[in-house]
Amino acid sequence: MGDSLLDLIVQNVTQGRASQDDEGLEEGWEGQPGVTELVQKALDAGVTAEDIINKGLTAGMVIVGEKFESKEYYIPDMLAAAEAVGAAMQILEPHLAKSGMKAKGKVLMATVKGDLHDIGKNIVSILLRGAGYTVKDLGNDVDTRSIVDAVREERPQFLGLSALLTSTMVQMGEVINELRETGLRDSIKVIVGGAPVSEEFARSIGADGYGADGFAAVRLVESLGPSQQ
Amino acid sequence: MPREGVLVQSPYKRLSTEQVRQIHDASVQLLRDPGLMCYNRRAAEIFHSNGAEVSSITPSDSPCWHVRIPEKMVSQALESAPKTVKLGARNKDNTLILNGDEPRVFFVSGSETNIWLDVDIETYAKKSDPGTEILVPEFRPRRGTLMDLCDSAHVCEHLETLDAYIRTVNIQDKDITPDNKDVNKFFASLNNTTKHFMAGLTTLSQLDNVVNMAKLIVGGEQELKDNPIISFITCLVKSPLQFVDDTTETLIEICLRGLPTVVSSSPQAGSTAPMKEDGIMAQINAEVLAGITLSQLVNPGTPVIYGSVPVRARLDTLGDSYGAPETSQFNVDCVQLARFYRLPCYATSGVCDAKTPGMQCSVERLFSDILVTLSGPQYLHCAYGLLDGNSTFCLLQAVLDDAHFEMLKFFLRPPRIDQSEIEKTLKQIREVVATPQKLYIRYIRPMMRSGQLSAPYPFEGDGERDAAILLAYNRMKELLQKPVEHLDEATTARIFNEIPGILPRLNVYA
Repeated sequence: MGDSLLDLIVQNVTQGRASQDDEGLEEGWEGQPGVTELVQKALDAGVTAEDIINKGLTAGMVIVGEKFESKEYYIPDMLAAAEAVGAAMQILEPHLAKSGMKAKGKVLMATVKGDLHDIGKNIVSILLRGAGYTVKDLGNDVDTRSIVDAVREERPQFLGLSALLTSTMVQMGEVINELRETGLRDSIKVIVGGAPVSEEFARSIGADGYGADGFAAVRLVESLGPSQQ
Repeated sequence: MPREGVLVQSPYKRLSTEQVRQIHDASVQLLRDPGLMCYNRRAAEIFHSNGAEVSSITPSDSPCWHVRIPEKMVSQALESAPKTVKLGARNKDNTLILNGDEPRVFFVSGSETNIWLDVDIETYAKKSDPGTEILVPEFRPRRGTLMDLCDSAHVCEHLETLDAYIRTVNIQDKDITPDNKDVNKFFASLNNTTKHFMAGLTTLSQLDNVVNMAKLIVGGEQELKDNPIISFITCLVKSPLQFVDDTTETLIEICLRGLPTVVSSSPQAGSTAPMKEDGIMAQINAEVLAGITLSQLVNPGTPVIYGSVPVRARLDTLGDSYGAPETSQFNVDCVQLARFYRLPCYATSGVCDAKTPGMQCSVERLFSDILVTLSGPQYLHCAYGLLDGNSTFCLLQAVLDDAHFEMLKFFLRPPRIDQSEIEKTLKQIREVVATPQKLYIRYIRPMMRSGQLSAPYPFEGDGERDAAILLAYNRMKELLQKPVEHLDEATTARIFNEIPGILPRLNVYA
């Protein structure tokens, strides 16, 4: 029972189906339970959160990643799978402590002050959730003070800052300075991204890393590892 | 099922209805005054016996007749010429139906070039930093051969957008003679592609050998009529307003056999036709109408295609300038004239002045390919792989061209807008607006899988450097490795037994 549910979770992750209303990549999936329903069923059947994550969600995402690498899948497929996993993680969160499994980490995301562009930030958020991180999205046009306050309150391991304009990307430096001044800088890894942002810019403002796209952002977070708090 | 081509929903019109009528009237006037100089006795006699005013021109270096064609004779020919022409194929799924009333475009290769452009990819090191290397395509022109023609037919078989094959290269091997050229040209092509094959004839004496070869392939005379796997291009006109002897004779013989043929004229605005648009249009239209009239006098109802290859002269060399915008204007005008007569149209695009693949080539080709396609010719000689006017063929360029025709075909798909689609889309918008991310990305997937989205440009490189030529080169190599659907062994044996002159090296079973 448990194994077959886990297999179905794997299949539905690869189909990118969060719920029973979602279409799959192939015909005939609509109406059948999606990842969120299957995860709930698995929990009800006594499957541990750890097994659901490792043998269901992560195993599914590994297949999706391979298909993306081999160009069988495109970004929309990756995002759909990540969205499904992200939705499942919300269900699993209360069960993680019980199973003794630690979350991979918490990421705070924001588009900086003066900038209303949030597509890139949203995509990164979806992909990070899909990769097993807890993501708190502060939204767009978020002022420096609010970001710093949220870091203090949420105690995330990572802060992701996004900007699409050359006029607003300077705010990223302001946030880092403010974190430094308030003594929070060493408690968090700051990653930055957005069309005008570059590796060089990231270094110049003292960020910990730069992600050229959503996938690079996930790789970056994985490589930076858990922050020492 | 025949090939679909691409239907142009609202064909681009350059001329108003009144202007088309004015050009037609001018052409009719030209056919009466000054009329045609006809260097073919038989054609002059046919025109004369059907009521045209024909007089012998003396003195003349060669026999020549002055033919004045009355309007009624042209009108009758236009009535008897079929409005739909079928071009068959070895693989019947590659059949083309050219309907003069329907702007459904089929993309076709050609013309016959003397030069074959080989491509090699060389590695160059940076002088100031020898560790930095780049790959550079190098092009080497040489005379075309029989095996080049085989390779070209083979690759064109696998180019998905290419609907029919016009021979691309003039075979100039040492053992090719005027007497064996046609049979080798036709066999090499028919043995390497299952698509429709069209070519000009070098020697009229080879017509029956070529036709018999086609009969052997399809199984007999009636089978060839039902499935005309070959057709011809006859350039009987020498502009201005002259019928040359040998090609006119060829047209007559092809028409007697009832096989499809393009009646084509290729005047050059500025030298063999007026530079002004109305002038070259009136003249080329008169020339093509004269050819069509002759075809219908010879054999009423014989399938003919209105062929147009107008071009503007370069002012620096007086050579053809296929890349000039005027050349596209002329071709679009011709498409409109053919549609006025409800005849299938052979139009020209994609011929360029550039000598090698690259930026100039892409600009020139795309400019005319897009414009002329949008006008809706049925049979678009869009010159896959052709370079330097009509002089050079490059297989790699044909592969590049296939990619841009894929885009053009995609662009011409009809819009999917109706009330039911709109309702679905409104629901989708409402759903997305209600989500925190407000992204439509997940809705792309069904469209992606059902082929509603265009594929990325296939020759896009990973880095900043333009990699189109290098990637197309790799694709060309892949296509050359693909299997060839040759004629079967028994048919090949019969052809080699019954059709004289085919070179043994073309026999893949020997």
